[in-house]
Amino acid sequence: MSSPDTGAPYDPHAEVHLGVFQVGVGSLIWDHPDAAPHTAIDTFTGVARLLERGLFDAFFLGEGLRVRENRGRAYELDVAGRPDAITQLAALAAVTERIGLVATQNTTYNFPADLARRLASLDLLSDGRAGWNIVTTDNAWTGANFRHGGWLEHERRYERATEFVEAAKALWGSWEPDAVAESGDAKSWARPGSIREIERDTDLVRLRATATVPASRQGRPVLFQAGDSAGGRELAAAHADVVFSANTAFDKAVAYAADLRARLARHGRSPDSLRILPGASVVLGDTRAEAEEKARWIHHQQVSPARAIAFFEQYWGTDLSAYDPHGPLPGIDPSEDELDPSRGTLMPELRTGKLARIAGWRERSEREGLSMVDLARLVTTRHDPFVGTPGEVADRWGEYVRTRAVDGFNLLPDLLPASLEEVVDRLVPELQERGLYRTAYEGTTLREHLALPPGA
Amino acid sequence: MTAARPLLLAVDLDGDGAHPAAWRDAGRPPGAVLGAAALRRAVAAAEAAGFALATFADAPLPPPDAAGRLEAGTRAAFASTITDRIGLAPELHVTTTEPFHLATQLASLDHASKGRAAWVVGAAADAASLATIGAAAPDAAALRREVRDVIDVARALWDSWEDDAVIKESATGRYLDAGRVHHVDFEGASFTVKGPLITPRPPQGQVVVLAAASLDVDDRADVVLVDEPDGGDRAGLTFAEVEVVLAASAAEAADRAARLDEGAPWPRTPGRLRHVGTPAGLAEALRSLAGRVDGVRLHPAVLTADLPALARDVLPALASDGLHRPPAPGGTLRDVLGLPRPASRHTTAT
Repeated sequence: MSSPDTGAPYDPHAEVHLGVFQVGVGSLIWDHPDAAPHTAIDTFTGVARLLERGLFDAFFLGEGLRVRENRGRAYELDVAGRPDAITQLAALAAVTERIGLVATQNTTYNFPADLARRLASLDLLSDGRAGWNIVTTDNAWTGANFRHGGWLEHERRYERATEFVEAAKALWGSWEPDAVAESGDAKSWARPGSIREIERDTDLVRLRATATVPASRQGRPVLFQAGDSAGGRELAAAHADVVFSANTAFDKAVAYAADLRARLARHGRSPDSLRILPGASVVLGDTRAEAEEKARWIHHQQVSPARAIAFFEQYWGTDLSAYDPHGPLPGIDPSEDELDPSRGTLMPELRTGKLARIAGWRERSEREGLSMVDLARLVTTRHDPFVGTPGEVADRWGEYVRTRAVDGFNLLPDLLPASLEEVVDRLVPELQERGLYRTAYEGTTLREHLALPPGA
Repeated sequence: MTAARPLLLAVDLDGDGAHPAAWRDAGRPPGAVLGAAALRRAVAAAEAAGFALATFADAPLPPPDAAGRLEAGTRAAFASTITDRIGLAPELHVTTTEPFHLATQLASLDHASKGRAAWVVGAAADAASLATIGAAAPDAAALRREVRDVIDVARALWDSWEDDAVIKESATGRYLDAGRVHHVDFEGASFTVKGPLITPRPPQGQVVVLAAASLDVDDRADVVLVDEPDGGDRAGLTFAEVEVVLAASAAEAADRAARLDEGAPWPRTPGRLRHVGTPAGLAEALRSLAGRVDGVRLHPAVLTADLPALARDVLPALASDGLHRPPAPGGTLRDVLGLPRPASRHTTAT
């Protein structure tokens, strides 16, 4: 059997790199005795320490700069409320030693010098464990919380993101390595001329600033990029160290890897200069059947009857609370407006075509005799979770990494901390047994954990 | 003497110390100030000494003598999980940040520290600081409005989630009560904020706000850092500011100060007192401030030298006079300062 073309040769020694993406809000399970309080610092500290015990590369925090809404009010059914990521990760840096600490931060609603400075400070205080997951926002609804409001038109957000990242990199590289004096007897604190002022003056990024800190032991924060559009892929190929991809299914992962590595080559970068970590959820059981049953239970928790009504309200654009979630779809016509982003950033494919989608649902639910909650569960079924025994999942992951379709996964836990405890206690040992996972941390920085070349 | 009310004691922990030449006398390589170990030591020493509050001075650009500086909010957050009683107050500037992020960062610090967050209101207004965000320096009137607007919106955002907004009601499947999470619809002179905050209400309800008297926001601050300990009638607490250079004798202290000044002059900050002398002399000076102010923020010239002297010789002397009471573990900063926990402005009367 020939290995699929991922743009990199089959590697029998490839290992799985693992991170955890803690979104912090949304359809996490909260109505369960094992669910830890979602905003308590002790919950985050516990997870970070658990991940260190499991020898993970990184702990990611998500970001959303506006509380999600349904029909103009805070959306009630999902977990909501989360901390500022850099603040929280700095608090975790003090009580952890190895785990990478990655903050999702927005290039649309931040000032480049201010954000670069906070990330560099986290990088120094964690002694080289900081990462930045670069995201953009394209809606004025989120912008209503910021000085700049909805100033940036959709097409230009990756242009700004690219200029923003380039400015941040320039600031991070603006101190020469030996800039700081070695003793208090020196003539001055820093060697004159060893720190460059950085200036940018375009219509998207304007600043004149001197960095207040030098580089950390890993050079600069590791850059993650999550956008899957052409603009996002180009930004990744030009600047990212890691992509947090949405392409988890094997065939899609292969195609994505090949596309990304071709882009890397066009940017003069080696195929090994970028790690690919798609998002993934894992459900484990003693048998395949038990794991599948658990996956069904989780999905049913996440799409409760109340959430099914709210899901369709987002599409109908009107109050459907009088309808029975166990009954058929509402007979009334939905509003003509497309979906608004108030329930969180929309995938591009959901931005248009609402009425056609609803028509398709009507047809399907009539044909198959589906209730609203049945239909909601079907159409929101999560793509490609890894469901099975620890050994089965370890075998599948081995195929993913050795074909170089991915370098590992960013886990999306459903239930904190239980989903992660079983990965650490049951899946990690299976991976180690197969030579697919480290048995101890070898380095101390995030860049070292990810086996990345020095950053530029 | 009869015991006045205990003085609330704060200390600024920025860098190697308040003196611009502190790095020469810190007894460690100059770059050490940019790492975790130095911060850990300073915070642990301040907490062990019994200070009620540690502040972290900051500015958008490096200090003028080119020493580096970690961002203050990040420093305070790092300190939050390795302490359990000292208040933590980063200086965050209203002019060079997003007000929404600023309010979120401080609320998050309050959660991470379990109710020990405070904010020293910074108002960098020089052209070079504003250039870091590509903006022009504001004139005096615009700066005054901006300071007020950012404090007001931060306070509105901290109230935007009522204390009991998270209900976790199994029967209805509701995690939140939307009726207890509010838009703020703030309209300032130079920006608007819709709200609510993305972070639930801080444990203290409102993060403690410290502002210099010169910013003219006494009515908006919980603690006013006063220019002159004038005993003036203010609604909030007043703290005097005292810079210190300590040594076993007055002559040795003067020598230390002179040696530091040779490295770089230490300009006077208007309104700040300066004590160059013995710990006993400082204790005496602080006794004389008790009754005229509620607290004092100390600015050690060199942290590694003056902080141990404060801990060993000054705070215990005040404590034995009943003029200093170290905070107990687990309390909030508001508890320690004797400030009530405000109800959210949205709380429905019951």
